[in-house]
Amino acid sequence: MEVTTTQYKNGDLITAQGRIDSSTAPQLAEKMDSITNEGRYKIVFDMTGVEYMSSAGLRVLISTQKTCKRYNRGELMLACVPERVFNALDLAGFVQLFSIYDDLVEAVANL
Amino acid sequence: MVESTPEKHSAKESPSRITLPARFASLDSVRDFVHQAAEECGMGHKTVCEVELAVDEAFTNIIEHSYGGESQEQIECICRQTNDLLVVVLKDCGTPFDPTVVPEPDVGANLEKRKVGGLGMFFMNQLMDEVRYSFTSGPGDRKNCNALTLVKRKEC
Repeated sequence: MEVTTTQYKNGDLITAQGRIDSSTAPQLAEKMDSITNEGRYKIVFDMTGVEYMSSAGLRVLISTQKTCKRYNRGELMLACVPERVFNALDLAGFVQLFSIYDDLVEAVANL
Repeated sequence: MVESTPEKHSAKESPSRITLPARFASLDSVRDFVHQAAEECGMGHKTVCEVELAVDEAFTNIIEHSYGGESQEQIECICRQTNDLLVVVLKDCGTPFDPTVVPEPDVGANLEKRKVGGLGMFFMNQLMDEVRYSFTSGPGDRKNCNALTLVKRKEC
C-alpha cells in the first residue's frame, strides 16, 4: 500500500493505493497522525485506490475521526469510497459517522 | 476433530491447505488462498469478498490474541468444499483463545461512545453463516491448539 498526503491552505488530502489490513494500516495511521499532530484537523481521505479494507483500517478511520472532531475543530471526510470498502463501513455502522462524497473535488471544496 | 462438521454433506474434493507464518504480512496470502477456494466453490464476487474479510479478521485475531503479536509460529488454513458450503478452518497452537466469547461492539453508538476496536469478531459473525471454536491437541507433542471453523453457504 502507498499513502501520499497533500497539504492545502484549509486542510489536507490523504490518498492511499492498495489493500489496508493489519499489515499496512499502521502506515495509514502514521500519515493521519502526522497531520493531526501538527494541529491540522480538516482531512479528506481519497479512497479511489483502496482495493480492500479490514477492521484494522476502520480502526484508523474512527480513531482519526475522534481526534479531528474533538472540540468541533475539524473532520475526516471520505471521498470516492469503492463499493467493497463501503460495505465494510456500512457493516461496522460507520456510514453515519463520516461525511462521504462521491466526488473528490466536492470533498476538497468542503475543507 | 474439528474437521468433522455436524453438517451432513460429503466433501466433493479433498481439502486444500496452506501453512503461513503468524505475521501480518501473511494476510495477503491467506486472503488469496480463501479467495481462490471460494471462487472454485462457485461463489459470487460479493460472497468471495465476505469470506476474504472474515478470514482476514480471524487470522489477525489469532496473531494478536493467541500468539500475543507477530511471532515465528505458524497458522494453518484449511478449505473444504461441500455441495453447498465452504468450510474454512484456521488452526494455531498458541494460547487458548476463544474469540466467540468476545462481546460484540455497539455498532449503533455515536462517535464519542464508539470504541475503536472490537470489530473483528463482529465481522466474522456477520459475514459467515457459522463460526465455531474448538480447543484441540495438535500434531506430535503440540498441545493447546485452537481451531476456528468458519462456514459460508453458497448463495441460493
